[in-house]
Amino acid sequence: MSKLIYLDNAATTAVSKEVVDAMLPYFTEYYGNPSAIYSFANESGKAVASARETLAGIIGAKPEEIYFTGGGSESDNWAIKATAEAYASKGKHIITTKIEHHAVLHTCEYLEKKGYEVTYLDVDENGLINPNELEKAIREDTILISIMAANNEIGTIEPIEEIGKIAKSHGVLFHTDAVQAFGHIKIDVDKMNIDMLSASGHKINGPKGIGLMYIRKGVKIRSFIHGGAQERQRRAGTHNVPGIVGFGVAAKLALENMEARIKYETELRDYLIKRVMEEIPYTRLNGDKEKRLPNNANFCFRFIEGESLLILLDQNGICGSSGSACTSGSLDPSHVLLAIGLPHEIAHGSLRLTLSDQIKKEDIDFTVDRLKEIIERLRSMSPLYEDFIKKQK
Amino acid sequence: MYSEKVIDHFSNPRNVGEIENPSGVGTVGNAKCGDIMRMYLDIDDNGIIQEAKFKTFGCGAAVATSSMATELVKGKTVEEALKVTNKAVMEALDGLPPVKVHCSLLAEEAIHAALWDYAEKHDLKIEGLQKPVNDISEHEEDIAEEY
Repeated sequence: MSKLIYLDNAATTAVSKEVVDAMLPYFTEYYGNPSAIYSFANESGKAVASARETLAGIIGAKPEEIYFTGGGSESDNWAIKATAEAYASKGKHIITTKIEHHAVLHTCEYLEKKGYEVTYLDVDENGLINPNELEKAIREDTILISIMAANNEIGTIEPIEEIGKIAKSHGVLFHTDAVQAFGHIKIDVDKMNIDMLSASGHKINGPKGIGLMYIRKGVKIRSFIHGGAQERQRRAGTHNVPGIVGFGVAAKLALENMEARIKYETELRDYLIKRVMEEIPYTRLNGDKEKRLPNNANFCFRFIEGESLLILLDQNGICGSSGSACTSGSLDPSHVLLAIGLPHEIAHGSLRLTLSDQIKKEDIDFTVDRLKEIIERLRSMSPLYEDFIKKQK
Repeated sequence: MYSEKVIDHFSNPRNVGEIENPSGVGTVGNAKCGDIMRMYLDIDDNGIIQEAKFKTFGCGAAVATSSMATELVKGKTVEEALKVTNKAVMEALDGLPPVKVHCSLLAEEAIHAALWDYAEKHDLKIEGLQKPVNDISEHEEDIAEEY
């Protein structure tokens, strides 16, 4: 096997060297607990404050509105469960969508068991919600709208600003899972009327195990992790100082390079999509063509199954992911692909390739060339393809 | 997650293809669940399986179990082939992850479906063979109309 072509950056990213370099001293040199009194711990405290400031700046928030968590899933759980609890006297109705990450969906399902009502909005064939349907779904007892900024599988970017406007005009809190969008596209919590936002370090070349939640000042929310007085008594636990430092530096780099990166990745993505769609027959592009994350491409190849495809790509050094049942660990293919209206048998043949700024055009060419061979090979052994060809004749 | 044998049978599947005018052919599974296996058998006048071929839509384990199943039935009598269980297929592959055990069941069913077709065509009764239930014909329509 030659070189590794990593096209699964929506799953996680490589930590950049600057980030690691910035983190290292906080393991061995400045290891003090930022909550301590002695001056030795000052350096850790300062580092946490500085990272908080950087991270707040990325989304136009104030530093005191940023709360560090263990990652995106914790932030999603916190936002939804704690809001539900804090606003239970006002109502028990939550609105979300059918294409959320499981960190949101399974949390909502959990709340349903606890007596809450959840509306799961449909999306169109490109994965976009309809703002009119959102507005119609709002009731007297609606306490929270949770809609992702961008979808992790098909890359569709939701109309967050419009959603925020609707939420605000009805006096309903708006949480957005921005794990895939944060640092990748522009987000402004004031302009978009976002009350709570989840983000994660490892999707932007930062470390794993660190995330944040933005909570607008004035939002009533319960603690989720009880214990010490960290994070304004809202999230207990000793600060993950190296993780926070790394997250801050990763965010700073993401912001500095955002424009160039968007341009670079969008061009590369469109080149990938163009080649695949033109050169591989019976292929569908999933997700919106325009309103799409710069690094995301997602296809369905008819007559083949995703896991087989992933193994053969892996044998060529290419890392991708799929929404087939076999890769999801259940009998059903991805809930996102089903929600955009794909039949099961088509959804099983999905492939997600997510780029980074380290990927070159020649990597894409190599990938598409291998992809063509692999798909041809899998189709040649597919009974579905055999039947299809016989019917064509 | 897969044994070396599974990866080998997936990467270099044995007996992929079709048999023209097979003695028996059977298709099991359904596209909705993501696995379809079609097995072709060529059986001589003495009831010995001379050739077995397959086509499979499915994951790595589905392809590997199909490949192994064809290997295991080749050269066997119809009665012996009937005794090739999913367990035998799994053992021959040095095991499967628990979530993939259904693939081996599908392989066993594919053998049975092909034998059933053979028995029907030749007006035979094979002791212990039951009509396979897991057939894709009912799903063919919704696959064809897409796109």
